[in-house]
Amino acid sequence: MIEIEGVSFSHGRAPILSDISLTIPAGGVTALVGPNGAGKSTLLALMARLLPLQAGSIAIAGRSVAATPGREMARTVAILRQDPGVSSRLRVRELVGFGRFPHSRGRLTAEDERLVDEALERFDLTGLAHRFADTLSGGQRQRAMIAMAYCQGCQTMLLDEPLNNLDMFYARDLMRTLRMVADSQNKTIVVVLHDINHAAAHADRIVALRDGRLVVNDVTARVLTPETLQAIFGYRMEVATVGGLPVVLHHR
Amino acid sequence: MPGRVMAEAATASPHRAAERRTVLAICAIATAVCAVFLFVGLRGNVAFVLGLRLSQLLGLVQVAVSAAVSTVIFQTITGNRILSPSIMGLDALYLFCQTVLVFALGGFGYAALPPAWKFSGEVALMMAISLALFLPMLRRRSDMMLMILTGFVLGLMFRSLSALVARLIDPNEFAVLQGASFATFQSLDEGLLAIGAVVTALGTAAAWRARHVLDVIALGRDAAVGLGLDWNRWVTALLSLVACLVATSTALVGPLAFLGLLVVALAERVCGTRGHGFLLPAAAGVAVIVLVGAQALARLGFGGAVVVSVVVEFVGGLVFLALLFSRRHG
Repeated sequence: MIEIEGVSFSHGRAPILSDISLTIPAGGVTALVGPNGAGKSTLLALMARLLPLQAGSIAIAGRSVAATPGREMARTVAILRQDPGVSSRLRVRELVGFGRFPHSRGRLTAEDERLVDEALERFDLTGLAHRFADTLSGGQRQRAMIAMAYCQGCQTMLLDEPLNNLDMFYARDLMRTLRMVADSQNKTIVVVLHDINHAAAHADRIVALRDGRLVVNDVTARVLTPETLQAIFGYRMEVATVGGLPVVLHHR
Repeated sequence: MPGRVMAEAATASPHRAAERRTVLAICAIATAVCAVFLFVGLRGNVAFVLGLRLSQLLGLVQVAVSAAVSTVIFQTITGNRILSPSIMGLDALYLFCQTVLVFALGGFGYAALPPAWKFSGEVALMMAISLALFLPMLRRRSDMMLMILTGFVLGLMFRSLSALVARLIDPNEFAVLQGASFATFQSLDEGLLAIGAVVTALGTAAAWRARHVLDVIALGRDAAVGLGLDWNRWVTALLSLVACLVATSTALVGPLAFLGLLVVALAERVCGTRGHGFLLPAAAGVAVIVLVGAQALARLGFGGAVVVSVVVEFVGGLVFLALLFSRRHG
């Protein structure tokens, strides 16, 4: 469970987030959506303690983000940031192995190696395991970074626009994998998405921000109405039902 | 070939073994070079010459190792592979100190300074300046460019100041200054050597213990924090270590701006990895090979007519330029 209480954040005078309070229940996939500049990434960075809290409090699985030691937090929540550039020359397997750092401080045990192999397998990276990360395509590197976050073995995962750089095949594949991980291991996954239809198809819950304020935090079906979507994105879009799934015609 | 690919995919870390072999080979060569330095061409009073060479070797190895280790750490923290701490203006600061001392005390007064005092004063000053320069800018990695620019500007300022003071110096005393401006391994005070050796050994041990942390730091701030590192605390500690190593070795032998850059670039090329468990020993080994090897060559081949530090700096400078031109991304 993620509890966010009265969180505000500003860069100098420019407010990024104003007084956000919300609760994301444990287990399941939650999509964090909103137009550009809504403050999605900032909220995620605050949850992941990449930015210091200026006001309010955040607790993940009962642990206060501000007060809990880094190493303990790293075993509670894994984070994938937007555009994670890898500057060092690392093989994919080594990169994914860093996910085990909070547990074994760099000395991989046999159990760690097994988990790394499992993560490589799960994200279709086994064939690339010995390639250098800087020789991969953007999408492959993205998958390697997600595999690393997965490998951290945390109950909560925060992913900032993981579909960036992914083609349709791997975007669908990733969302299905997240869905499966959430269902089979009861993980709490928060994922920033731009494509509302991926949220419609795979998320249990949608949290929407606009101009640094919370617009809605509800189960997916109740968010996907033309009125609510207009409140979030600022223009009217039709919602059709195709094959039993709601489809947002946002591009028309 | 397909069989080999299969084998690679099957075993967990086939590259580790190759990298370990490379590091062992580098260390073996370094040891051999040290032996050549010590034992080839022994004449006259063997015990005396051996003692002299031993203390020279200690100085060389210490400077080599601390240049390599400090450069590796510095590059990892800054996420930049064409920088070394001494390029950041420390050598210029050292030169400026020497110039001012010669100017204030005169050539004889300068030569008569108690070495232990001069040494500890220089170490303290350089550590203070480098920490004052680095620490406030470490809140975020994005400020690194600012830090680098500040380093260059400071370096330029110290160099200009040195040039200004040098014009005011008596020409005879200028020769004394010239002698202090290049790294020298001929006349090292044994007491200082012992202190330096202890500092370098402790610093290297600390760096080795932190090798896994360094691997994580190389991933960048966000990833490192995500993996549970206290970024500010670690970066502060590691930069203090760098400042300590650089200050000690510079105060001991003088400025060697490009040695660290040269050996780390070479070691990375040979090793093919940036994993610190391999890179740290490999860079230290390459540094010993280059520095001790060059000194041995100079003595054996050129009868001591060549100033080794000048040659090493020349080659290092060429490598720096090559790195600048060959890598579009730093």
